[in-house]
Amino acid sequence: MAKYLLLKHYRGAPEAVNDVPMERWTPEEISAHIQYMNDFAARLETTGEFVDGQALSPDGMFVRYDGEGRPPLTDGPFPETKDLIAGWMIIDVESQERAVELAGELSAAPGAGGKPIHEWLEVRPFLGAHPETTE
Amino acid sequence: MDETRLRALTPTVIGVLGRRGADFAAAEDAVQEALVEAVRVWPDDPPQDPKGWLITVAWRKFLDAARADAARRRREERADAEPPPGPSDPADDTLQLYFLCAHPSLTPSSAVALTLRAVGGLTTRQIAQAYLVPEATMAQRISRAKRSISGVRLNRPGDIATVLRVLYLIFNEGYSGDVDLAAEAIRLTRRLATRIDHEEVAGLLALMLLHHARRAARTGPDGRLVPLAEQDRCRWDTRLIAEGVGILQAALARDRLGEFQAQAAVAALHADARTAEETDWVQIVEWYDELLRLTDNPVARLNRAVAVGEADGPRAGLAALAELDPALPRHTAASAYLHERDGDPATAARLYAEAARAAPNLPERDHLTRQAARLNARPRT
Repeated sequence: MAKYLLLKHYRGAPEAVNDVPMERWTPEEISAHIQYMNDFAARLETTGEFVDGQALSPDGMFVRYDGEGRPPLTDGPFPETKDLIAGWMIIDVESQERAVELAGELSAAPGAGGKPIHEWLEVRPFLGAHPETTE
Repeated sequence: MDETRLRALTPTVIGVLGRRGADFAAAEDAVQEALVEAVRVWPDDPPQDPKGWLITVAWRKFLDAARADAARRRREERADAEPPPGPSDPADDTLQLYFLCAHPSLTPSSAVALTLRAVGGLTTRQIAQAYLVPEATMAQRISRAKRSISGVRLNRPGDIATVLRVLYLIFNEGYSGDVDLAAEAIRLTRRLATRIDHEEVAGLLALMLLHHARRAARTGPDGRLVPLAEQDRCRWDTRLIAEGVGILQAALARDRLGEFQAQAAVAALHADARTAEETDWVQIVEWYDELLRLTDNPVARLNRAVAVGEADGPRAGLAALAELDPALPRHTAASAYLHERDGDPATAARLYAEAARAAPNLPERDHLTRQAARLNARPRT
């Protein structure tokens, strides 16, 4: 098994095919979308492939060390040009093919007009924490 | 014996071990281990005397731990002697544990975790699941909390306000994992109310019951938030409402108003209205005024502005809102609501979308996005 991070972006990913902001959908379309996402996660739990899923607020800032005895330096909110992550799902799957298949399904979540969003998701393999036991 | 009754024995058993000479941290650890063993063993082999069983097993766990720890050898010798029966009352033990676990030197999250374990009898795993952190993290949080209060004597009177704040925090966390923290908070507040006669303990209990009574109506079948005005009031729990109102009235009759009583009074006025239209908003505004005299709470200020909007019209509500800091949580959402009531759906839709981006949790974000969508989807006139 290998873990993959599926990243969803507020901005920074290539433009989706069906790219309409959610507040311009109908309330029924929003419900259908949320239902699809919940069902997807629930199904991955039953197949034993779900690890974690979280959403992130669009707010945030950069922070860095600013020297001995000084408070950390903050910069923010994020500039409009910054790549902005909206959330993630971590899956634990047999193969990269399976990870790509699942990301494709997630990207088919319905949006405006009840049609798939075709959203670009970033798929990133985890670097394992342990070396292989057998060399 | 169900799990709730088992867990309710926790503070008493910690108290017994304390009187036999165990310090709080060691006693609490030992009882936790005994609880874990009880959950494992009792289903197949239920004891005749559950409390006696827990005391025996916890005491053995304590002695095992003391033996394993060479530095504690002297205390072990003292404790190995037949334990003297203590003079103090088990009810006092429980009350002292509430105070100890909510000690002002603890951070709120530590106080919450320690209260759930030592007073509530939950396992570390259950608490970790409820707060969505790894079990090892929660275990560390609890042992750090115990270290930081290790010098505190159990017999010193505590501050009831800190205990109430901790219980209120637990209640507000609501429901995730297999532990219902709201129900747990009510259980702990009920037990506190049987041990201490204090009008704000009653006020908090009433507040919790009145809010809990609406829980089934608060979420739709698909998990979405249903705002108060749109809730199906037939789904409110009338038994809990009656109990909450009764407790509140008895507390108010003592004429020592506090913030929890005032908040419960607002909740009671909502509970009293058969339809949203029948809500007595004038009285609700008055209770918010009382609340703001007691505590300058920004959330109460915001709620008051919305209540003014209902009592005196949306323009009055917007005027009240204009006096508050726009950075307050939910300020934009309240503004959106009042603008819609004022007949300005375009502004309301824009503000709802803005409020959704600043929402602190997913259900609220989805709710606010839906509100914006509803207004954007309306037929153009």
